[in-house]
Amino acid sequence: MSNHSEPTSFAFTAENLEKAKKVIARYPAGRQQSAVMPLLDLAQRQDGWVSRATIEAVGTMLEMAPMRVEEVATFYTMYNLKPVGKHHVQVCTNICCLLRGSDGVGAVAQEALGVGWGETTADGMFTLSEVECLGACVNAPMMQINDDYYEDLTADSTRKILDALKRGETPKPGSQTGRQFSAPEGGPTTLIKTGEKA
Amino acid sequence: MLRDQDRVFTNLYGLHDWRLKGAKARGDWDNTKAILDKGRDAIVEEVKNSGLRGRGGAGFSTGMKWSFMPKQPGVRPHYLVINADEGEPGTCKDREIMRFDPHKLVEGALIAGFAIGANTGYIYIRGEFVREAETLQAAIDEANDAGLLGKNACGSGFEFNLYVHRGMGAYICGEESALIESLEGKKGQPRLKPPFPAGVGLYGCPTTVNNVESIAVVPAILRRGAAWFTGLGRPKNSGTKLFCISGHVNKPCTVEEEMGIPFRELIDKHCGGIRGGWDNLLGVIPGGCSTPVLPKSACETALMDFDGLREAGSSLGTAAVIVMDTSTDIVRAIARLSRFYKHDSCGQCTPCREGTGWMWRLMERMVTGDAAIEEIDLLLTVTKQVEGHTICALGDAAAWPIQGLIRHFRPEIERRIKARGKSAA
Repeated sequence: MSNHSEPTSFAFTAENLEKAKKVIARYPAGRQQSAVMPLLDLAQRQDGWVSRATIEAVGTMLEMAPMRVEEVATFYTMYNLKPVGKHHVQVCTNICCLLRGSDGVGAVAQEALGVGWGETTADGMFTLSEVECLGACVNAPMMQINDDYYEDLTADSTRKILDALKRGETPKPGSQTGRQFSAPEGGPTTLIKTGEKA
Repeated sequence: MLRDQDRVFTNLYGLHDWRLKGAKARGDWDNTKAILDKGRDAIVEEVKNSGLRGRGGAGFSTGMKWSFMPKQPGVRPHYLVINADEGEPGTCKDREIMRFDPHKLVEGALIAGFAIGANTGYIYIRGEFVREAETLQAAIDEANDAGLLGKNACGSGFEFNLYVHRGMGAYICGEESALIESLEGKKGQPRLKPPFPAGVGLYGCPTTVNNVESIAVVPAILRRGAAWFTGLGRPKNSGTKLFCISGHVNKPCTVEEEMGIPFRELIDKHCGGIRGGWDNLLGVIPGGCSTPVLPKSACETALMDFDGLREAGSSLGTAAVIVMDTSTDIVRAIARLSRFYKHDSCGQCTPCREGTGWMWRLMERMVTGDAAIEEIDLLLTVTKQVEGHTICALGDAAAWPIQGLIRHFRPEIERRIKARGKSAA
């Protein structure tokens, strides 16, 4: 048993309800079930996680059996089925990050936050997760914190980012070595002259 | 080396404005109506003639795939679905298109939608790409506001609406029928084929599923002509390609190059060479983690395209080149992939659901050498029992890296077992 308490009800805020209606309108009439993933995501953005009550409410909204919604909520890894910290730190340890030092990133993250994989700090500020490939492999090793990617990490820069978050600052996402996105370190080998004309 | 004027993705590194104004300055949306005016058949023919093969991994002819759609929409509408669920470890090319050249994708979607008779398109983007989805949505909004999409797209009289649908963290949804299931609001579990999506796809309607890069190069092909595209690369392997080179090179990067470029040239020209020099190379996974590892000897001459890598004993896949130098614990690296496949098996087929767990546990013991020599063959047998016995290719993909490891690095596995045996004795 997890130690979080389940709320008894869920309702979208007025603003999110408008968003939800727009989402449903993207799909053909009668195919509102297609909106289940975006709606669960919207609910998660509102509450931080997906509760049983959320599953029931989304089911009612989309005329789906709650079990069909639950199937979706439990299948996809991005739904948090229990509360997570304010900063969800997700460290990739798949092959490309492994080859470039994700062991060090993971160790520093665990040490700096004082928690293991899958755990949340006592103050509720950080949840640390080990995740599969996040698709930024040429900028490995990397981690995702909430909606942003932090790339080209070292043990040092990992610690700096987490310390900044602890101080309430917002560290700059992207490459931590300052290189131009996925261009080779030191500058591009192509498209050097203009790049303006296709 | 590919000339800059032949490159399609001219804002690959985000040095320029990705918005509509900047995209137009780079040639996007330049009289798209004239392209549509050529007509559906002419567009499909041109893309067929260009030799464009799907950039998502399978390498099937894009034009051919389009031609499988019914000639005229009947009662069931047609759909275009763009696979932006980029999740194959090593692969990070579509991300660059979506965040820095989104209008190439949006314009390509309109042309593809027109070519297959679809008035609606969905771009299924992996959920973690939150920022990329925001950029893509902003580009679609710009296109709608400018009349490039919508009821009378580019003044062509053709209606086309394009939507972004975010995944939520499931590698399997990169498989096209799992993606369709997911888009319908279900668990992403692959469907048996046939029927193929062109017959029965999204909502039971004729559907074409194409990779982001495949769609995003279509406008360039139609502007410059099929002959320009076939003039690049090699026969049956035409055009340019985004390569993402990660791992033990001096400068990992994503770069657009000509198909068929020798592996060594790719690494030396763009990545500053192998870390520690060429002789420090151990092996390469040339096309994303589902493709078999190649030992150094095979890398000396390997040509980076569909046929070149098949001849070398692997596959181009997504052109995600994962380089490993001699410092690599190759057994651990492959074991990490085994864990990934176990994590991401959808659980539908027993050989994959049970087999990925079996393979991973055995691989973990191979890492430490806590195994018997005979178990190497047992592991190989398990991979053969999974391979070819599942609905989708995830089972095969889980089996191949291990088969590649045993084929090329068996002595290393045996060495560990013997060393462990000695220390235990």
